[in-house]
Amino acid sequence: MTDRSLPLSQKAIGLAPSGIRKFFDLVIGMDDVISLGVGEPDFATPWHICDAAVAALRRGVTSYTSNAGLMDLREAIVEDLQRRYGVGYDPEQQVLVTIGVSEALDLAMRATLNPGDEVIVPEPSYVSYMPTVELAGGVAVGVPTVEANDFKLRPEDLEAAITPRTVGLLIGYPNNPTGTTMSREEFAPIAEICTRHNLLVFSDEIYAHLTYEGEHACFAALPGMAERTVLFNGFSKAYAMTGWRLGYACGPAEIIGAMNRIHAYTALCAPVGAQMAALEALRHGEAEMRRMIEEYDQRRRLFVKGLNDIGLPCFMPRGAFYTFPRIAHLGLTAKEFSERLLFEHKVAAVPGTAFGQSGEGYLRCTYATSAEQLKTALDRMDQLVADIKAGARS
Amino acid sequence: MEHILRLLAQDSRITADEIATRLGRSAEEIRHTIQQLEDDGIIVSYGALINWEKSADNKVFAFINVEAVPEHGSGFDSVADYISRFPEVHSLYLMSGSTDLQVVVEGDDFREIARFVAEKLAPAPGVRSTSTSFVLKSYKMEGILLGEQPDDQRLAVSP
Repeated sequence: MTDRSLPLSQKAIGLAPSGIRKFFDLVIGMDDVISLGVGEPDFATPWHICDAAVAALRRGVTSYTSNAGLMDLREAIVEDLQRRYGVGYDPEQQVLVTIGVSEALDLAMRATLNPGDEVIVPEPSYVSYMPTVELAGGVAVGVPTVEANDFKLRPEDLEAAITPRTVGLLIGYPNNPTGTTMSREEFAPIAEICTRHNLLVFSDEIYAHLTYEGEHACFAALPGMAERTVLFNGFSKAYAMTGWRLGYACGPAEIIGAMNRIHAYTALCAPVGAQMAALEALRHGEAEMRRMIEEYDQRRRLFVKGLNDIGLPCFMPRGAFYTFPRIAHLGLTAKEFSERLLFEHKVAAVPGTAFGQSGEGYLRCTYATSAEQLKTALDRMDQLVADIKAGARS
Repeated sequence: MEHILRLLAQDSRITADEIATRLGRSAEEIRHTIQQLEDDGIIVSYGALINWEKSADNKVFAFINVEAVPEHGSGFDSVADYISRFPEVHSLYLMSGSTDLQVVVEGDDFREIARFVAEKLAPAPGVRSTSTSFVLKSYKMEGILLGEQPDDQRLAVSP
């Protein structure tokens, strides 16, 4: 029961816990569970990065930084984006270092949305996209994507969802939870629609480096898109730095400036130790990152083949570290399947519905876990599939 | 090819089928490449990495710096070849710097190694001097940390 004697905001009361959270509550306290439910690398942060952060702390680098972040770091971010995608930003006015992409997204929504403004979000979507829009007073409009199209955003679906209140499009490719990517060619008609309807594009590219086939398509690098795109990225996934909480946003100076005004009051600046670590990651982290990406890529092929072999059809994801196998044909809902998998076979995989209704019939399975664990998990999933088929026959 | 070698170095029991799946190639191609690598002597053997300190079998290792006299025409090769034939010699390298040869010697106890050095290694033809250091504790071997590693600290489910 809610204690009505303590004041809570309508927004807080209306905020449902994420489907991830509900599933987490089931898993907690269970022993010997193989988790495919983790949205972070299984590698520890590369040692040279930890070492650089420790060295900085020992030198007494422990104070606030400028609101936007250390200038050295902002310059390194700009160089990195220029080198990788050929997109240019002014480190003085167009880069904001934040406490993870999560904070940056929140700032972007608060800096750009007025009450009732609509933001289109392709589904299945990362769990915090829609709540972040809603918390900022906006209205999140989901656009379902389908497996038949590898869960890519189709231009006609985007166009159909646009209303006079639509302000922006919030995308995340490579995608959590499906692992799908969008190429430059696939983005081109999306970019054309955004120009025609004067939409802002919020592009969360946190998994950009984890692109295994083809080149990552940076939305801001598309012709004419830098002026209407807020680009988000960070260090959590590529450099295995989730717990450091460090991300950034780059975009038009007016928007970054507005975000920075909010950031200055609510966060002041990102933690300096994490900023020093991020600087080291950008300067010397490429080799370790490549090694981790190669490992993910190998597990991706191993796990996707394994899923298809046991009768859970799965398209080959081209990025991130998620697979999104289909279980609908077994006659169970995603929630039922994942609960049986957890309770009967001790494998935790998140039901697709945690990422929106269009995730029904699917599971999100992470391959950011050792190949040994993946193989054991596949054996256990195989048993459940056999159990279900046997049950259906009897 | 480097990927195949890395996978085998990590786990010599990995099958050609699994390598093929991981690398997105055909098992036939992988089998052929491995055969070639074996024929070329690039893959030398398939073994297990053992932390003998944890095993009940006593084993002692020593790193021995050897100063040697090179020979005309063959340099250090003939003295290295002579030393390497003793079964006590675990590994042997020609070094840059003040040492000529680095000999890793394996024995059941300190005394056995001391005897080997005094009776076999030091008097070997071409050996001028030896300096023996016993291994007291191993922390990392072949790129693998040997100490207790912390369990996976991650939450079981996260966004």
